[in-house]
Amino acid sequence: MGIIYVLWLRQIKRYFRSRARIVGSLGQPLLFLLSLGFGFGPVFQRAGQGNYIQFLAPGVIAMTVLFSGIFNGIELIWDRQFGFLKETLVAPVPRVTIMIGRTLGGATTSVMQGLIVAIACVIVGFRPNSVMAIVGGLVFMTLIAVMFTALGTAIASVLSDFQGFQMVMNFLVMPIFFLSGALFPLVGLPRALDIIARIDPLSYGVDGLRSSMTGLSHFGQATDLAVLSVLTVALLLVGSRLFAKIQI
Amino acid sequence: MIRIANLVKKYGDVSAVDDISLEVQQGEIFAFLGPNGAGKTTTIKMLTTLLTPTSGSVEIDGLSPITQSTEVRRRFGIVFQDPSLDQELTAYENMELHGVLYGVPRTTRHQRTEQLLKIFELWERKDDPVKNFSGGMKRRLEIARGFLHTPKILFLDEPTLGLDPQTRNQLWTQVKLLNEQEGVTVFLTTHYMEEAERVAQRIAIIDHGKIVATGTAAELKAQTGTDSLEQAFLKLTGTSIRSEAGTSADMMRAMAAMWQRGRR
Repeated sequence: MGIIYVLWLRQIKRYFRSRARIVGSLGQPLLFLLSLGFGFGPVFQRAGQGNYIQFLAPGVIAMTVLFSGIFNGIELIWDRQFGFLKETLVAPVPRVTIMIGRTLGGATTSVMQGLIVAIACVIVGFRPNSVMAIVGGLVFMTLIAVMFTALGTAIASVLSDFQGFQMVMNFLVMPIFFLSGALFPLVGLPRALDIIARIDPLSYGVDGLRSSMTGLSHFGQATDLAVLSVLTVALLLVGSRLFAKIQI
Repeated sequence: MIRIANLVKKYGDVSAVDDISLEVQQGEIFAFLGPNGAGKTTTIKMLTTLLTPTSGSVEIDGLSPITQSTEVRRRFGIVFQDPSLDQELTAYENMELHGVLYGVPRTTRHQRTEQLLKIFELWERKDDPVKNFSGGMKRRLEIARGFLHTPKILFLDEPTLGLDPQTRNQLWTQVKLLNEQEGVTVFLTTHYMEEAERVAQRIAIIDHGKIVATGTAAELKAQTGTDSLEQAFLKLTGTSIRSEAGTSADMMRAMAAMWQRGRR
């Protein structure tokens, strides 16, 4: 427990000490929020779907948590050659403990990133429907964060250098985001797209976040919670297995 | 303390380490020398539980790094060829984290951290982030950290690479001092022959994954009929320059160098 705590604390300290990184990683979500939010707003309104910012904001928050989580995991590639990770790999501590500490720390910082973007969304005009929205929102943000940090860790455990990284971004992370219903409602879609959206784990994250913040739900909150919880546990297990096998 | 018998590590058809055997006694300072790509780092990785051997056996303090890895990890400290400090944390925080990972009790941890940081002349800078340290200071901190949990063996993989003669001299003086005071066994690699001759009691030379000679510096010189260790080394390993295959680690090292230059 003590070890998980110090590894978690380390990530939190690192997060607060690299302010440039905090600001830098806000650029992309804000761009999405402003350009898509205000750009497609009028069309969305005319199509009878209501306020687009209200719809888009949970999607952009989910995106922030997704990217930040994956990067926290993928950072491992660099970290095991030039960073602190090697120090932990030779420590007399089970690898699972290290993986859990690292993942929870990374996930916490991802949630903080998500919260900053949530505040930005409110400034731009997003209105959550109640104070309770914050609690529900935090639950779903945490699930998304842990799930994708674990996924990033699992991927980074089997990649030996950054060459595979571009492929992971283009063929995994980007599709996960774009096909998740973060940007458009999952109704009346072509059959193929509908199936993909149902397979995409982030669909349930976005939906859960949206339903707890605005009350609008596609799959139902209980389904979202169940799917995310099962997948998070599964990815933690897979991630720690692969992490335990790392040789450098 | 360290016993290696018929150790082999193959990557595909290439043998990085090809049937080596050696023993290091307790309290000894042992230098492991060889040209680039000879198999030094691969051997150290196998000794320190980071890599599984293809065949052969390894014993650290009578324990196997493969089946008793946690026990083995408790017994050694290591300074890697590439840095492994957390740059965003301070020197003290890095020590503290190491102490917790190795289960060093709080009071011992604080006392020993203070003692070691003073020996390595880093105490005044203990609350500065490591990213503001010079290369030599980072190295000293890594070695101090390696000593924190009072290991029985300290592995040093090219600890003096890229340091100026003053820093190198001071660093070895401190390592020697701790070797005498605490009886820690030191297993080191270096490209500086005069360092090996100065600090190491025994030397092994490895080339193309095989050990070509073992003995004291004097024995190696006598064996080759030369009057310096450098000449003995060249006579044993030849004068041709090694073409080392670019591994992913080398590529990332190049990227790291570019990145650091950009930040300076």
